[in-house]
Amino acid sequence: MSAARYLGPEEMSRTIRRLGHEIIEANRGTGDLVLVGMLSRGYPLARRLAAAIREFEGVDVPVGSLDIGLYRDDVARRGAPPPVRPSDIPFPIDGKTVVLVDDVLFTGRSARAALDALLDFGRPARVRLCVLIDRGHRELPIRPDFVGKNIPTALVQRVRVRLSETDGEDAVYVYGEEAASA
Amino acid sequence: MLDAPLAEADSTHGVAWTRKDLLDTDTLTRAEIDLVLQTARGMREVRSRPVSKVSTLRGTTVATLFYEQSTRTRASFEVAAKALGADVVNLTASGSSVEKGETLIDTVSTLEAIGTDVIVMRHHRSGAPFLAARHTSASIINGGDGTHAHPTQALLDLFTMVDRLGSLEGRKVVIVGDVFHSRVARSNAWALLKYGADVTFCGPPTLLPRYFVPTVDGRRCTMATDLDEAIEDADVVMALRLQKERQRHGLIPSLREYISRYQVNPARLRKAKPDALLMHPGPVNEGIELSPEVAHGAQSLIEAQVANGVAVRMALLYLIAARSRV
Repeated sequence: MSAARYLGPEEMSRTIRRLGHEIIEANRGTGDLVLVGMLSRGYPLARRLAAAIREFEGVDVPVGSLDIGLYRDDVARRGAPPPVRPSDIPFPIDGKTVVLVDDVLFTGRSARAALDALLDFGRPARVRLCVLIDRGHRELPIRPDFVGKNIPTALVQRVRVRLSETDGEDAVYVYGEEAASA
Repeated sequence: MLDAPLAEADSTHGVAWTRKDLLDTDTLTRAEIDLVLQTARGMREVRSRPVSKVSTLRGTTVATLFYEQSTRTRASFEVAAKALGADVVNLTASGSSVEKGETLIDTVSTLEAIGTDVIVMRHHRSGAPFLAARHTSASIINGGDGTHAHPTQALLDLFTMVDRLGSLEGRKVVIVGDVFHSRVARSNAWALLKYGADVTFCGPPTLLPRYFVPTVDGRRCTMATDLDEAIEDADVVMALRLQKERQRHGLIPSLREYISRYQVNPARLRKAKPDALLMHPGPVNEGIELSPEVAHGAQSLIEAQVANGVAVRMALLYLIAARSRV
């Protein structure tokens, strides 16, 4: 099976900074803005976005983490129970603009689960979706608001985001036949 | 070099839970117990939310089948199942066909036939849940069988200890009281030994087990009859309920002597580590195994145990209902 590195550390850093700018631009500043990263890799991405926003605007945007294991639609159909971890959203989300952050957008099912999970914490004014990679193949009517990179993929391929916080390096790999080259 | 990330990608689901039943802690692996505790942390967070309920087990039916009285175990399982969105049917021996002489296997088969997925069972006979598990495709969770095992209590106790102490490696846990009749002590010892704790059973010689003493990797529970000695430097002191309903004559000389030698009171608790944890599976006979000051004191985790019980039972119901069936 072939594998190709699609993104390295410098490009990833530039991409995250650009996403930070786009979020502030769309929100017209940092007012009522909170970031919620989906576990596991959306959360460190959300923290990096918050660090970038602090650098640009001098404001600390609250960052929370969200686990979607209990909200998946395939709990009984998978080979094993999805892992369940504590979410940590230590601030109210009522009336806020919540930017959900994930590493890869694929079928849209995780984003659907994240919306359900998020609404158990309160009633945000609006929810936006920010992903580092959009690889296509949506199975649900879900559309991202902020996209780092679009990677055209075949269904059989796999996209893997690795982050220094969780995996010891910053990189995006595409696995499988006809891996798209960078 | 690029194979490494892919291999890791395939293993992100961790240990798979494959067990149909939870009958005791003795056959659980350390990795399986880790998975239960990790999942329970997530469940505890769910319980702390504004909406403290999810619908993950929608469409799953859980029955509680109790042939012996219980407040906290049955209520805890019912709350846990409902917090996961499951439907719950409660059966007790009185008021059901058990009073007409229906056998355990018939009852379990009936529950399965009406679409029960998980049966939480408590029975006064040791081994009854093992028998039931062999005769049904529904999952059986042992909610306490005779004097044998009470795995969910042991796992919630373990969760509470790990939560407070972190690693249990080399920690001294003293379990005091009527160990002989205690399914809580036995199931706790199995789990604690697997986590590297040193376990001491303490009580009058007549109330200490002589056979089937839990042993893991050659490490065995220590027996002690003098609580003042055994409690020294303990990290955890777990007092057991003196089970009046299981006492036969002559096992303890008198209640007064039992209290004077084995009650955990402030003077004795001071001999343990300064911030030792005081635990009890409940219900407490206050003034017998625990003095009131200790039961309600700053070191008492009795209420935390009950609260954690819901999270741990949610974790078990979730893992068992969503288990890998391949």
